[in-house]
Amino acid sequence: MRLLTHNMLSSNIKGVTSGFPLRLEVEKVVEKQVDFNADFLNNMFVKIEWKALVDASRAMGYADLPDQTEPSMLDSDEFLKKFHHALLELHLEEGALICPETGRRFPVNKGIPNMLLHEDEV
Amino acid sequence: MSSRIAQIRLVSSHPEVYEPCDDSFALVDALLADRTNLLEHHPKLCMEVGCGSGYVITSLALMLGQNALGVQYLATDINPHSVRVTSETLEAHGVHADLICTDIASGLEKRMARLVDVMVVNPPYVPTPEDEVGRQGIASSWAGGENGRTVIDKILPIADNLLSDKGWLYMVTLTANNPSQICLQMRERGYAARIVVQRSTEEESLHVIKFWRDADIQVEEKETVLMNKTVPARAMEYLLSQYPQASLW
Ligand SMILES: C[S@@+](CC[C@H](N)C(=O)[O-])C[C@H]1O[C@@H](n2cnc3c(N)ncnc32)[C@H](O)[C@@H]1O
Repeated sequence: MRLLTHNMLSSNIKGVTSGFPLRLEVEKVVEKQVDFNADFLNNMFVKIEWKALVDASRAMGYADLPDQTEPSMLDSDEFLKKFHHALLELHLEEGALICPETGRRFPVNKGIPNMLLHEDEV
Repeated sequence: MSSRIAQIRLVSSHPEVYEPCDDSFALVDALLADRTNLLEHHPKLCMEVGCGSGYVITSLALMLGQNALGVQYLATDINPHSVRVTSETLEAHGVHADLICTDIASGLEKRMARLVDVMVVNPPYVPTPEDEVGRQGIASSWAGGENGRTVIDKILPIADNLLSDKGWLYMVTLTANNPSQICLQMRERGYAARIVVQRSTEEESLHVIKFWRDADIQVEEKETVLMNKTVPARAMEYLLSQYPQASLW
């Protein structure tokens, strides 16, 4: 699971009101190179919850994203490269996603989060 | 330009996972038939619900290209074996999609609302007793409940929520699913529809239908609602006049 997907994912347990962002429990991270596309990043930038991305990338061992952003940063190649790396090249291979409200653990195995709920959670 | 699709010999498998079948091929053929439009559409985010073996999402990724063109892919399945097999199929073809094991798009609906530019679905559409729907393993690949509509009817409002303003949905349906009624329901949500592929075998007739938001419909619909409450009948007439094939249903 990449942080693009993490940024789109909330805890889906019935009754949970603030299920975002899911906390990361990191056992294994892999990096896979992805072709750089500035258009995609420019387009995604406004849709990304920045703090969630910064925190998640730090949990994955990547600390180069700035805490604060402003739109003018999108003109900087250096910034875009970091954003690209955090969003698309880091994969949580083994670990878990933790519901911020209930502490429920959603396992991530072989890079795939399992969001299936038990009957009493739906 | 060559248009590659997934190769069957590279598609991974598991006894509990749906193998590519006529319906999978029909969906990929529909995407191929619409490929030029899809490329001009410049989707950023493409999603498959119920990816099974991964044959369809892999084909779509091969057809439209990866991040060099700024496209990202995401696929879900309720069957944990399916998402694993899909990841093997994607890898064997050198393409990537993020995968989530979940019910339709559960967990994605808040943050991904209005972000999906292309959604593809080959749902479990076979009419079965209701209690067979959503069972574990391979049965969930086809079991569609009454008229095969139980899962389809859950997917449609979710698709409506996730699709972007320019979003397109491609969905496989069977005659028994009453596709004209599906089109009608989507029309009430403001979508136009077109049949991209139609296949008939001795037992069944498959349609791949493409849906897209049509601003005209919504305006027209709102006015109609204000005037009287006979929208369904009028919409049905419109649909039938627009799609001669509809008379076959
Ligand atoms: C007819 S198969 C299609 C598989 C593959 N897309 C293809 O075309 O070959 C339907 C798939 O939907 C999955 N599915 C069924 N119900 C689902 C649900 N509620 N949420 C997500 N996936 C579901 C099944 O596990 C199965 O893999």
